[in-house]
Amino acid sequence: MAAVSLRNVRKSYTSDLQVIHGVSMDIADGEFIVILGPSGCGKSTLLRMVAGLETITAGEITIGDRVVNNLEPKDRDIAMVFQNYALYPHMSVYDNMSYGLRIRGLSKEDISQRVKKAADILELSKFLDRKPRALSGGQRQRVAMGRAIVREPQVFLFDEPLSNLDAKLRVQMRGELQALHRRLGTTSLFVTHDQVEAMTLAQRMIVMNAGRAEQIGAPLEVYAKPATTFVAGFIGSPPMNLIPRDGKLLGIRPEHLEPCGEAEAMLSVQVDLIEPLGADTLVYGHIGDPGGNGGNGGAGARVAARLHASVDARTGRLPLRYDTGNVHWFDPASGKRIEG
Amino acid sequence: MEKRVVFRSAWLPYALVAPQIAITVVFFFWPAAQAVWYSFQLQDAFGLKTQFVGLQNFAALFKDGNYLDSFRVTAVFSALVAFIGIAISLLLAAMADRVLRGALAYKTLLVWPYAVAPAVAGVLWAFLFAPSIGIVTYVLKGFGVDWNWILDGDQAMLLIVIASVWKQISYNFLFFLAGLQSIPRSLIEAAAIDGAGPTRRFWTVVFPLLSPTTFFLLVVNVVYAFFDTFGVIDATTQGGPAQATQILVYKVYHDGVKAADLGSSSAQSVILMFIVIALTVVQFRFIERKVQY
Amino acid sequence: MVENRPGLTFFAHAVLVAGVLLVAFPVYVTFVASTHTLEAILQVPMPLWPGDRFWENYTQVLTAGSTKGSKAAAATMLVNSTVMALVIPLGKITISILSAFAIVYFRFPLRMFIFWMIFVTLMLPVEVRIIPTFKVIADLGMLNSYAGLTVPLIASATATFLFRQFFMTVPDELAEAARVDGASPMRFFRDVLLPLSKTTMAALFVIQFIYGWNQYLWPLLITTDESMYTTVIGIKRMIVGGDATNEWNLIMATAILAMLPPALVVLLMQKWFVKGLVETEK
Repeated sequence: MAAVSLRNVRKSYTSDLQVIHGVSMDIADGEFIVILGPSGCGKSTLLRMVAGLETITAGEITIGDRVVNNLEPKDRDIAMVFQNYALYPHMSVYDNMSYGLRIRGLSKEDISQRVKKAADILELSKFLDRKPRALSGGQRQRVAMGRAIVREPQVFLFDEPLSNLDAKLRVQMRGELQALHRRLGTTSLFVTHDQVEAMTLAQRMIVMNAGRAEQIGAPLEVYAKPATTFVAGFIGSPPMNLIPRDGKLLGIRPEHLEPCGEAEAMLSVQVDLIEPLGADTLVYGHIGDPGGNGGNGGAGARVAARLHASVDARTGRLPLRYDTGNVHWFDPASGKRIEG
Repeated sequence: MEKRVVFRSAWLPYALVAPQIAITVVFFFWPAAQAVWYSFQLQDAFGLKTQFVGLQNFAALFKDGNYLDSFRVTAVFSALVAFIGIAISLLLAAMADRVLRGALAYKTLLVWPYAVAPAVAGVLWAFLFAPSIGIVTYVLKGFGVDWNWILDGDQAMLLIVIASVWKQISYNFLFFLAGLQSIPRSLIEAAAIDGAGPTRRFWTVVFPLLSPTTFFLLVVNVVYAFFDTFGVIDATTQGGPAQATQILVYKVYHDGVKAADLGSSSAQSVILMFIVIALTVVQFRFIERKVQY
Repeated sequence: MVENRPGLTFFAHAVLVAGVLLVAFPVYVTFVASTHTLEAILQVPMPLWPGDRFWENYTQVLTAGSTKGSKAAAATMLVNSTVMALVIPLGKITISILSAFAIVYFRFPLRMFIFWMIFVTLMLPVEVRIIPTFKVIADLGMLNSYAGLTVPLIASATATFLFRQFFMTVPDELAEAARVDGASPMRFFRDVLLPLSKTTMAALFVIQFIYGWNQYLWPLLITTDESMYTTVIGIKRMIVGGDATNEWNLIMATAILAMLPPALVVLLMQKWFVKGLVETEK
């Protein structure tokens, strides 16, 4: 196992098409890092640069104490799980898992022992003779993980490995991935666009947007103190409300809003959509007459609020209040968080 | 469409393409270049002296009645082969698409002539139509038709058309059948609900939808008639009688190999090359259009 | 079938049966002629039922050949045809899959140039470069040899494009997974690409087997030695003159022998045959 560090890593295809604009991060040995961002933000490219499948235009990537910029993927001591699994369709599960080991010239006994162990962990022992097409989506996913595990690499790289699974399986595999990481303790980089995956799996996460790292931190820290409006809007469902106020942006999470009497109203929302979810109720609307808002703007801004299920939500005017301790402030020009 | 770059090696890709490129250069480019070179030269009867004559060989060709006649023969021949072949195959494919029972058996019984060499197809039909002993000749005589393709140019043309079409039916049939089977049933059913009978449905719905296949087969059949029928002709009429069946390719062969007129034969080769290039361009234009569907 | 019209269905069957008979008729007559004595065939009309000379005629063509024109034994010619029909597809598949691999999986200078070089061969069929190609073969001393019969025919743009097209459909991630697994390019080619190409190779093999077996102009040009004749050439060389001067019974027996192997390949491997036919034309 090894630490990984990215030093001002850049990627450009042509002089005017840059897709990664200098990302730096130190990943400790054994850490589970999630790279989160919308599609096209460069998160997969970044991972593929660590894997050695994309060249590094500028900057430096080290794994352990080696700079790997110019090393072939096979020499980086990494293993990768692909989004579509990339199982060799004509090989059995056993052959798929052992292929990399055979190429490395391990002894037959050693290979069989490693494959058996991985198959046990992943509950694949019954399927070792099958071809990938005879497996379910979840089983294929496990084979792809098995192929990475048997290699016993320094670093695991996951490229949206759960996105082809249905919702239920995804939850289950999330749990298994966590268990696996606890058990093996291998440094892992995990790319996803799914914030729930990121929140549940990550020890630390890196939120990317348009080729830049917007914020790096532990999930709850990122949630509690989003560094930019992008992060504030990307994490949390529904996302944080951003309301123009006094030349700044006031951020308040939907769950921090509560209904109140007219007199205490800090926001007055014209509700036009109600989604009762059982445990709570989501209401959506826009800020109505400026009167209830202290007369200082924000009229027309969309607002979502998560209300307790006991609240009798109706369309129409809804006065809301919040705790000032839960408020975030952002600079509208740069999108950056304003502290204090 | 391109792959993401995956492998890097300074020498391996060259080693991989080397065998094909070597064969291509030695047996395709070098001879083709020589054909172009010879086409500008005139050789004396003994092949001892050659002189550069520019476009003279080409000029001579286009003044040569035989050569112009060969163009006409080729045009008539390819038109007949393509039209008759496509018509018969389309009829058979439409019928095979209609029947529920035995469709596979019919397909099997119709595809195998593809395996017959053109020259063998020529021999088979030449035997059936042999002027004195042919069984078809005998039947035709019963109908009062005097059949002798060795003397009658039109009959000779008919013979090579029949032999060439016979061999090509299976190919056209397979493509038409595939085309018909790819037409959604719901379209036919919609037309039936609109009140169109089977014949009307065929001409107003099915045939227009098959037009890409038909056009494709038209090009392929013309190419086939231009080049692949060499064996049919050489095994039967050998261009005769009186050049009535001498298509362009046969004339290249005849003038070059039998008459040993290198300059003229090479000039004809060059003209044929332009025809092939034109046909290839037509074919690729068509494929591009097909992609856009 | 949209509506049930027994009359139409009957008509369809009638047309198809007529088509099948029309297609089969020449071959039936050929077979009948191959089982009679020459005298029987020269009668007008010739018999329409098989005769009793099957063994005699076939034994003679296989071992001794005809007495007029080419005297090559069909057994030798069948061997020559088989060599052509096997070496051409195998050679074609080999060189085409390698060059397609290079063109799809590598980026190198001259790549597009090589791609176009291969493409242009589409426009240079043997028929348009007869004499100069013959000269090249003669200069290389390849007349009357298996190498001369096969090597010039194994370069082909269609086969290369077919493999290229197939490789484009192979997910990029497979090559990347192999790279992460530590496979070298050739190892990936052997362990992953080759097994996945099996069906494409089978389809191509069937089409090219028929192509090789049925070659006519090429062997006609470069074989003068009877021992190098292919079956198709042999038949043509057995025809020496007018109707009555040819040994039609033996010619027809040889024709049956010439048709049998490719016809069997088409019928037994129909699935690959249709796939090959349709895909090489895309």
